[in-house]
Amino acid sequence: MLVVLGVHALAALLAPALVRTLGRRAFALLALVPAAACAWIATRLPTVVAGGTVTEGFSWIPALGVEVAVRLDALSATLSLLVTGVGALVVAYCARYFTPSSRGLGRFAAVLVGFAGAMLALVWADDVVVLYVCWELTTIFSFLLVGQDAHKRASRAAAMQALVVTAAGGLTMLVGLVVLAEAAGTYRLSGIAAAGPHLSGAAVTAGVVCVLVGALSKSALVPFHFWLPSAMAAPTPVSAFLHAAAMVKAGVYLVLRLAPGFADVAAWRPLIAVLAALTMLLGGVVAARQHDLKLLLAHGTVSQLGFMVLLAGAGTRDAGLAALALVVAHALFKSALFLTVGVIDRCAGTRDLRELSGLGRRAPVLAAAGTLAAASMAGIPPLLGFVTKEGAFEAFLHDSYGPAAPVLLAVVVLGSVLTVAYSTRFVVGAFTDAFTTDPHRTWIRPGPLFVAVPAVLGLAGLVAGPAIGLITPLLTGYADTLAATYPTPLVLKLWPGVTVALGLSALAIVLGVLVALPRIAARTAALRPLAAIRSEVTWRALVHAVEAGSMRVTAQTQRGSLAVVVCTVLGVLLAGPGVALVATGALGEIRLDRVADSPAQVVAGVLAVVSTVAAALARRRLAAVLLVGGLGYAVAVVFALAGAPDVALTQALVETMTLVAVVLVLRRLPRDITEHHSPRRRLARLAIAAPVGVLLALLGAAALGVRSLPAVSTAFPSQAYAFGAGQNVVNVTLVDIRAWDTIGELSVLLAAATGVASLVFLDRRTGTPPGGSRRRRGPAIPDPATPDPAVPSAWLRGPTLERLARRARPGPAATERTLLLEVVTRLVFPTIMVVSVYFLFAGHNAPGGGFAGGLLAGLALVARYVAGGRYELGEAAPVEAGTLLGAGLLCAGLSGLAGLVLGGEVLQTAVLELDVPVLGHVKLVTSLFFDVGVYLIVVGLVLDILRSLGAELDRLGDTPATPDPTPVTTGSEVRP
Amino acid sequence: MTTSWLLLMLIAVLYTAGVYLLLDRSLTRVLLGILVLGNATNLLVISAGGPTGAAALVGRAPEAAMSDALVQALVLTAIVITLGVAAFLLAIIHRSWTLDREDDLTEDTEDRSVRRRLARGEQVDEDELDTTGCEEVSDTDDDRAGSEAGAEAQA
Repeated sequence: MLVVLGVHALAALLAPALVRTLGRRAFALLALVPAAACAWIATRLPTVVAGGTVTEGFSWIPALGVEVAVRLDALSATLSLLVTGVGALVVAYCARYFTPSSRGLGRFAAVLVGFAGAMLALVWADDVVVLYVCWELTTIFSFLLVGQDAHKRASRAAAMQALVVTAAGGLTMLVGLVVLAEAAGTYRLSGIAAAGPHLSGAAVTAGVVCVLVGALSKSALVPFHFWLPSAMAAPTPVSAFLHAAAMVKAGVYLVLRLAPGFADVAAWRPLIAVLAALTMLLGGVVAARQHDLKLLLAHGTVSQLGFMVLLAGAGTRDAGLAALALVVAHALFKSALFLTVGVIDRCAGTRDLRELSGLGRRAPVLAAAGTLAAASMAGIPPLLGFVTKEGAFEAFLHDSYGPAAPVLLAVVVLGSVLTVAYSTRFVVGAFTDAFTTDPHRTWIRPGPLFVAVPAVLGLAGLVAGPAIGLITPLLTGYADTLAATYPTPLVLKLWPGVTVALGLSALAIVLGVLVALPRIAARTAALRPLAAIRSEVTWRALVHAVEAGSMRVTAQTQRGSLAVVVCTVLGVLLAGPGVALVATGALGEIRLDRVADSPAQVVAGVLAVVSTVAAALARRRLAAVLLVGGLGYAVAVVFALAGAPDVALTQALVETMTLVAVVLVLRRLPRDITEHHSPRRRLARLAIAAPVGVLLALLGAAALGVRSLPAVSTAFPSQAYAFGAGQNVVNVTLVDIRAWDTIGELSVLLAAATGVASLVFLDRRTGTPPGGSRRRRGPAIPDPATPDPAVPSAWLRGPTLERLARRARPGPAATERTLLLEVVTRLVFPTIMVVSVYFLFAGHNAPGGGFAGGLLAGLALVARYVAGGRYELGEAAPVEAGTLLGAGLLCAGLSGLAGLVLGGEVLQTAVLELDVPVLGHVKLVTSLFFDVGVYLIVVGLVLDILRSLGAELDRLGDTPATPDPTPVTTGSEVRP
Repeated sequence: MTTSWLLLMLIAVLYTAGVYLLLDRSLTRVLLGILVLGNATNLLVISAGGPTGAAALVGRAPEAAMSDALVQALVLTAIVITLGVAAFLLAIIHRSWTLDREDDLTEDTEDRSVRRRLARGEQVDEDELDTTGCEEVSDTDDDRAGSEAGAEAQA
């Protein structure tokens, strides 16, 4: 069974490619998938009819007892036969319904097949979590299908409406399912239904009501009924599938599935009876007023769904049998009718029954199919619809719903009258000759396949009526799980003899035809009170209220000023943890037993305080920046003294890097920072800042004071060596013990680097070594990054060339550069790179690692850039930053997978010991490659910073407003 | 566990200065504030690891005497992330300067427009909720839909 579902998923994935190569013919091929599923189910029918079940499954979330479990019994077999059978025909029909030029056909095909698969999985699912997942999958797929014509406003609105209504119902259902599952002690749907009669209590009642809300919203019962007629914005084949076999039937299925267990819960029958009866009448009244054939059918479906749920919810054997039979009959006639309308719509160009005329003559086969289906809907013998309606009447005569049965029987008869009325309206309007219409309306002859599909479905209703005996065993397989309330069990028969039910059927038909007469039909429009139940209005009011409310909240809280937002956050911090700190007496736990750990720490601390205070007060931009840099170095010293060499090393390197980056940008800004705030305002700022500072320091100290458990990291050192094969505990923590954190951090760095580049470059992802972009625009400019292969590359070629070029060009003065510095950096560069690689490799056992190594390499690049400008940078790193970042993440990710491949978990370190000929015995730790990834990403980040904030800003600074009219061409031949 | 006066004072001063800078209108000061706050937080986390110990290198010191490796790993990543954040802020400062010649935090225009819309009583786009045209048929609608479909079928 799982294979069948897998094939659906696969087909959905392949569908776009198929449609691209085969065009709309691909639908015929895709139809084979549900058809094959249908055939497979058919082969299992003997088992199911004999009372057996077919099950499959595997454990999914063992801790919660959730399994991917599927189960085929009489009920799910019936439903899944309909889903796959009707599904196959509908998919095949699409091959003709759509024109070859239809938009978005590939996506549509994928979604349609996926929808069919999800619906199949829904009726097979035996685990409530899986059921819920499939339930919401059908919701999402139907959202996509209804919104297929996304360029139409009504389509979008209808899709959104269907999504919100059914997804909200689905979430409610999930709550109910979990409550019931916990009460029953199993997440198996079959188990819950079996345990149902033994459960009681308020929780179970609440759970049942929640589940019913989900089911009824899916099945478009009052008050959720409005989404279904709106959803006919979908292409007609989708409507056919949605109304006949999928989506709305899910709600009926769930009611049928749970009825054996929960029909006796107090809320069940009243809730269902009232809403379903109301829905049946409302849908019928509205349907009888429609002019649009598709709308007529859509409201008809609402009415029929009320009918089905009413029977399904009764929880008696006879009603269950009638309900399931009605589900089958409805699937056949409603899909046939919708597909007929699809043909009419395509070939006549209208669905308005006031404009259609003479189709009976022009398209006899189509008219026959449509009439058969409509007759089945109306309950005319000998069609299946007649047999099931007789069964339904009998079920109510057999005391389903106990004392309420007579009232509900009257409702059902009245509903049937309306059904006959709108069925008559459909047939007369669509197929007979009319005099009022335009006789010149064209009729395009539909192809044989186009008509064949509705014809097959229409005929099925005709055949199934007399052949009801063949279907009955399957239906009673389900019905017999329900309690029988009547001495003689109901038997579905083509000719039950002259009974009360037959009389009621005849009455319904006669009255229905009368109601359909134009004169009386006009009067039914006066049945306003029912039509007044327009949840649509409530729906809109609800959406408006939500929108308006969110806008008001936004306007209240987002005042447009960052300072206000920050102050709010800080205020909460002071009022919450601050008050708690004082109130709980945690302050008393603070243990301050020493002034400092060492004299050196005092020096570093004083330096840090002095530079911080000075930075906060500084007016000069550069001074403030340098002072914050000083703070950073002082903190690095504190780290080093605190036994954290790795942190200190990283801090020092990052501080340098930050300083360079800040200076690169801020050199473009004015010398002084504009002082916006008056002294009083500044004092106010301090009045907020100081308590926050004190609070946080005290919080930290108090947290340390009240600590009662040993640190989680106590075992890290021994673990680091035993499992991580490294002596540097911090490094092993980064690449192994807490490697997931590091992966997250790498992603943050990648995002930040990309953000920086895109903010500066705007129209591209940066990366091309400097000069590249200019070269594309103008005639040749020498690019040192890609030296001309014809000319032997010369040492120190870049700067000289650049300088000459600048001299030859009018405009901004050449940047200040010194040859000596350039020479020195070029000499030192390889050495620093070697050291950085040493850091990388040694980091596992000594201070260093990927972060420090990468930063050092980055600083080497900084030196080259500072000495020689952007061309020098291009010379030093002729790669794109994006490539480095991507390669780094790939490297880290692959090394994480290596742990899995080598028999461990993801990101688990594996140690490989090899004897290599030259190197001798080599011990290779897979986490090294993780660190290589870290290294590459850090270098990528630095490169992005230099390219964006350095080189690109240089370029923008050189050419302030207008693009350079005289691209540099001189100097390309000049060699030192 | 215990802590030292020096670290306590240092953290308090750094947080105070950081918040003070953060509340300024100048973007440069906001950036500096974030850098200071980063340092303050790193110190706080390191101090939460307990008293100073030896470097966490197996074999060079007894395990019991080592400083907490976990807080160090956390701080190490935090330091590098602060670099990324600083670079991003710098890019924003650059944008702000290029576009407006301003280094200031200005009022959020989007927030202002929300307030203005609310004042004017503007609401949701009514049309986006409207499913008529598929919910109930008006003659004109139906005609148009019909002829469109017909044209497509003919094509």
